[in-house]
Amino acid sequence: MVQLALPKNSRVQKGRHHPAPAGAKNVKTFRIYRYDPEGAENPRWDTYDVDVDACGPMVLDVLIHIKNEVDPTLAFRRSCREGVCGSCAMNIGGRNTLACTHGHDETHGSACQISPLPHMPVVKDLIPDLTMFYAQYASIEPWLHTETPEPQKEWRQTPEDREKLDGLYECILCACCSTSCPSYWWNGDKYLGPAALLHAYRWLIDSRDEATGERLDELEDPFKLYRCHTIMNCAQVCPKGLNPAKAIGEIKKMLVDRVV
Amino acid sequence: MAEYNFIDHKFDVVVVGAGGSGLRAALGCAQAGLKTACITKVFPTRSHTVAAQGGISASLGNMGQDDWRWHMYDTVKGSDWLGDQDAIEYLCRNAPAAVYELEHWGVPFSRTAEGKIYQRAFGGMTKNFGEAPIQRTCAAADRTGHAMLHTMYGQSLAHDTEFFIEYFALDLIMDEGVCRGVTAWKLDDGTLHRFQAQQVILATGGYGRAYFSATSAHTCTGDGGGMALRAGLPLQDMEFVQFHPTGIYGAGCLITEGARGEGGYLTNSEGERFMERYAPSVKDLAPRDMVSRAMTIEIREGRGVGPKKDHIFLHLDHLDPKMLAERLPGISESAKIFAGVDVTKEPIPVLPTVHYNMGGIPTNFFSEVVTREGDNPDKVVPGLMAVGEAACVSVHGANRLGSNSLIDLVVFGRSAALRCADTIKAGATQPELKPSMTDGHLARFDKFRNANGSTSTAHLRLEMQQAMQEDAAVFRTTEALSSGVRRLEAVHAKRPDLKVTDRGMIWNTDLLETLELDNLIGQATVTVVGAHNRTESRGAHAHEDFPDRNDQDWMKHTLTWFDDATGKVKIDDRPVHSYTMTNDIAYIPPKARVY
Repeated sequence: MVQLALPKNSRVQKGRHHPAPAGAKNVKTFRIYRYDPEGAENPRWDTYDVDVDACGPMVLDVLIHIKNEVDPTLAFRRSCREGVCGSCAMNIGGRNTLACTHGHDETHGSACQISPLPHMPVVKDLIPDLTMFYAQYASIEPWLHTETPEPQKEWRQTPEDREKLDGLYECILCACCSTSCPSYWWNGDKYLGPAALLHAYRWLIDSRDEATGERLDELEDPFKLYRCHTIMNCAQVCPKGLNPAKAIGEIKKMLVDRVV
Repeated sequence: MAEYNFIDHKFDVVVVGAGGSGLRAALGCAQAGLKTACITKVFPTRSHTVAAQGGISASLGNMGQDDWRWHMYDTVKGSDWLGDQDAIEYLCRNAPAAVYELEHWGVPFSRTAEGKIYQRAFGGMTKNFGEAPIQRTCAAADRTGHAMLHTMYGQSLAHDTEFFIEYFALDLIMDEGVCRGVTAWKLDDGTLHRFQAQQVILATGGYGRAYFSATSAHTCTGDGGGMALRAGLPLQDMEFVQFHPTGIYGAGCLITEGARGEGGYLTNSEGERFMERYAPSVKDLAPRDMVSRAMTIEIREGRGVGPKKDHIFLHLDHLDPKMLAERLPGISESAKIFAGVDVTKEPIPVLPTVHYNMGGIPTNFFSEVVTREGDNPDKVVPGLMAVGEAACVSVHGANRLGSNSLIDLVVFGRSAALRCADTIKAGATQPELKPSMTDGHLARFDKFRNANGSTSTAHLRLEMQQAMQEDAAVFRTTEALSSGVRRLEAVHAKRPDLKVTDRGMIWNTDLLETLELDNLIGQATVTVVGAHNRTESRGAHAHEDFPDRNDQDWMKHTLTWFDDATGKVKIDDRPVHSYTMTNDIAYIPPKARVY
């Protein structure tokens, strides 16, 4: 039997404890993954006892409160704070989601654990390296391919054809789905993952696009597409309520349809 | 000071920012065969354009007759005549082509039964020079900005733009009044970079985060405006800050004006549709400045809703749930998450919330940055352009109409690229950069990195935001603005006492927020000083001690320079252009602005 052990520097240590201020009435504990790429220390779990009465309702509000009032060194991405930019995707209470739309009262148990999106290289604290995720998105050529000369005005599209893009074009590239997928964890270098495939289907199904054949050719590959084993974590976690697994199923159907 | 080394890059054009205007400019430059870099502090699809909801204006005429001249008239009137009419003509004439281009790139616009782009009603958009509301705003449900930004990023992947993602721009490299490039800090490895270019295009967005409550993202810190001020350049019309009537009470998240465009309306505590009193002809579809003032008056006079009577209700509950699901799904979701409201059953609690900066870096309609030099109010700053919310071209004047922002992004992003193609030779030799041009950049960076005072960045930022929120609000008075000027002076005076805790170079967001705060402080200061200086009321600048518009004395753009060391502001002005671009339409002379 092969003995596997993680390298020493990947073991997460017990970190610092930041107690709540005196007089705090509604205290909740947040256990947050910390990693400083410029220090020699291993990653650690810091715990913060936070007076949630002093924060807004979302986990992002808690993180900002910690950064502003307790520990300015805590690093995380954030921008729109309303669930449309996809910056603050992270793992909260064991589930990938957006910190800005996830209420801190939605997590149960004595402590809420917050870590970076799983299975991605960590740059610092809650910031993962998404370079490969973005490269996979680019690889599906996410733009309209046409050969017919462009009309002077718009391409016509019926409301019914337009409706086929609903549930697809809303994806915000937060990476919650791909980084929750065990198949992507194992074969992330070759399997495109749910987000990129959802986008691939968005262009395949667009009535204006004229490269359906080429797009399908690109996807017909044992790894790029067929590593989806319908585990469905992607649909479970999508903070926008989309269903990448269904889109992947549709692509598989299109591939079958063109041979029969 | 620690030793810092730059990694050098040389391009024909460097675009700073990858929102709607930055992507459009970068794409156009790449298409023209220019070696183009686009540097951005967030991944492109996370730029704040993504949050634009209601739509993009263009006189396509898909829902009935329309004319770019009508669009122009509305924009001039919406601007309270402070807009430059040559630039407004450029915007409105080029708008339809810009929207068709977006559609050709794949933007998933909503459709009419005939398969054309769906257009909805928006505030201040009328037919036949003010006669009645018109449907001019092209929409992709209520996620138009998202649809545009993602499509434009996809399109730019099809072209040769080189992206430098999660690079934070520090300062402009200036050489005796000529811009030669920009310095930047790469967040994920902590290296510093020197980007040299024949032309730098600032597309850095607005500075909404100067206020405590804003619809703007956390990243809307107007970094380009801060860099321009430090480069000794003026900003224009900064006193004009738009409050969006319908930010969600408490959270500040945006509820699109398209909600009223689709039939929603506002009520006070008496259940009255009060906009009928303020704008009898267009009612809830009056321009944003007027609706925000009306709401503020209702609340002041005791007719606000809620336990504290401090907000207003927006009703969509009378509308067809199927229509809401199809046309307004995004705000239905936001209302649920941030106000706990089911829009099909209950009204949404809303409050006027800081949303947009009409002011910015002054430019002409080629998107070239201009400044006043002696008697010349239109002196071009060589090597520098600005587009989008960062710029003040000025098409929005004293008040922007809803959906004129997205069209501004693509029309002037394109104009900048066309100008670059006309004026730049690809690969032309560029002069050598000297360390003296960037020593100041490094000194500033190092000073903040090692700041060891006693005031945290978060606390100083809060002090600035509260001053702006209280003293430069929907309604202003001489007393409040004087207080604002003093409070901003106090904030500037505390800047040397800042404390930065994180000393690292990799993803040091403590330092990043401090550099952003520094960019905000200069812009917040010129905003209150400019507002204090303008003793009239026009568009979004409602001065209670001077309630009337005064064309005699104030038909002019404010220019403000900020002395970074002392915090002092110098004020001058530029004339408003009293001419159009072509003879196809005559100058629209000022008259009373009633709806």
